[in-house]
Amino acid sequence: MNDLSDAKTVTGAKRYSAGVMKYAQMGYWEPDYTPKDTDVIALFRITPQDGVDAIEAAAAVAGESSTATWTVVWTDRLTACEKYRAKAYRVDPVPNSQGEFFAYIAYDLDLFEPGSIANLTASIIGNVFGFKPLKALRLEDMRLPVAYVKTFQGPATGIVVERERLNCYGRPLLGATVKPKLGLSGRNYGRVVYEALRGGLDFTKDDENINSQAFMHWRDRFLYCMEAVNRASAATGEVKGTYLNITAGTMEEMYERAEFAKQLGSVVIMIDLVIGYTAIQSMAKWARANDMILHLHRAGHSTYTRQRSHGVSFRVIAKWMRLAGVDHLHAGTVVGKLEGDPATTRGYYDIFREEFNPMALENGIFFDQDWASLNKMMPVASGGIHAGQMHQLLTYLGEDVVLQFGGGTIGHPHGIAAGATANRVALEAMVFARNAGRDIWNEGEDILRDAARTCTPLKQALDTWKDVTFDYASTDAPDFAPTPEVSM
Amino acid sequence: MRLTQGQFSFLPDLSDDDIRVQAQYAIDNGWAVSVEYTDDPHPRNTYWEMWGHPMFDNPDAAAVVFEVNECRKEHGGKYIRVIAFDASPGWESIRMSFIVNRPKDEPGFRVVRQEVDGRAIRYAIESYAVREPEGQRYA
Repeated sequence: MNDLSDAKTVTGAKRYSAGVMKYAQMGYWEPDYTPKDTDVIALFRITPQDGVDAIEAAAAVAGESSTATWTVVWTDRLTACEKYRAKAYRVDPVPNSQGEFFAYIAYDLDLFEPGSIANLTASIIGNVFGFKPLKALRLEDMRLPVAYVKTFQGPATGIVVERERLNCYGRPLLGATVKPKLGLSGRNYGRVVYEALRGGLDFTKDDENINSQAFMHWRDRFLYCMEAVNRASAATGEVKGTYLNITAGTMEEMYERAEFAKQLGSVVIMIDLVIGYTAIQSMAKWARANDMILHLHRAGHSTYTRQRSHGVSFRVIAKWMRLAGVDHLHAGTVVGKLEGDPATTRGYYDIFREEFNPMALENGIFFDQDWASLNKMMPVASGGIHAGQMHQLLTYLGEDVVLQFGGGTIGHPHGIAAGATANRVALEAMVFARNAGRDIWNEGEDILRDAARTCTPLKQALDTWKDVTFDYASTDAPDFAPTPEVSM
Repeated sequence: MRLTQGQFSFLPDLSDDDIRVQAQYAIDNGWAVSVEYTDDPHPRNTYWEMWGHPMFDNPDAAAVVFEVNECRKEHGGKYIRVIAFDASPGWESIRMSFIVNRPKDEPGFRVVRQEVDGRAIRYAIESYAVREPEGQRYA
């Protein structure tokens, strides 16, 4: 299969004679290479074209994502080119996937500008994804060395300080996206915010495509939303927030909207992934400088994260976003309406929230990753979830998460505030039961039914959505199953 | 109104046994439990009065319930909360917080609006109770 498995790097003057040479012979395949602690490592899933050797394909990816071009150039000899060449050092067949291979590629740290996701991604995914000898290519995971992690700000606020600012501990946060997502006037929009927050939610949220349209310009939305936030705060004695989406056509407009949100006393602003990595990093700096929580909606990610054979895994996007410095990022619900295999989603959540990720192939995590005390990101679970799933949500997603019930709040038969109250009561009852040592996975429905005895809105919510589940096969499950332990 | 700060304010008021069970969960996680009280429940009043230090070396939640009841004897007309401190790396902050005692009558908060430039408004939230001096705010 791998007729180049003993391919050797050609050295000396022969290496630089004009013409075309195999990438594997140009120094981009180094099977004996041991990655340095300071190397960036990328793991690609490669699907070579028929007849293309897997090692040559891996070497080509290494070459085209670092120094190579299609032919030999003598100007390499003016540089310390051995150092700058990315090195494919390991190629493994993907289990149960004919024609696919995992290629491990190491990059010297000096290839990258400090603190720039744009620069990192221009190298790693800049050029290689359209490369003809490959049918498909997917960036599955990256190992980011501590030396590089430390060049990034990281989340502007982080989970710990976010909780301190919100005065909210020991339970998931609750949110809802305002619906319908398009068409409400500012005044009507603020009504939804007020009802949801006074009913018991911590946050409401603009949707990804709510910016400044004819039916509601951004200043109107901000003004009415902050009236709603303050009224709800007074009605409950709690800190409340609404993610004001400042996404706009230019950075200047985004800064203007962010400043207005700050002036009105908002605790949180929101941006969309589609604004781009550099804009995200700029807003993260602004958020750190202005004591603002920064929510990121991953608008557009499924265009490149969902298919297993081609694109960029969401776990890589999550790592980049933790470096870039956002506080909140959507990461799947497992049980809701959007893509999310439980094991893969667990891997994402660990990347968001842990100080250190050990390699966990069963969760799709291929490398140990030390986060070097960068703040933690709060995952957001949103899309087709309701109060009746609270035991599953708490079991799968844990405590440090924002659970966002949009339809599951606003669609309540007795109104938005009742929907919010149902969610909050379900949540508190489930956290209480978990802390008291109950088996919430198996007793969850009983716990909810008991809580509903003193809470009519919860009873109504459970009755309305009791049969709603979204049970479809995942398109992005891990390649490795955990080995069952054999009891001796 | 009902002040809904804390983890469990949407549930019926906690019994002493409920308090013990939740405090024991904190202790079993290695967190130090503390009792605090206030007559200024503003959402951004971070520093409630400490009823003694966090109970760092206490293995038994019965002692927490005892302290809550001691605190109630002196401050039963005020808000009392139980909080849990986690000293582990990366946290070093509060991990639990729940209200265990509240005044009979909770007058709530008013929104104070100051109309400024354009249509912008500067908001302040003020507890009706804090119009009285400290110590005279709830019955």
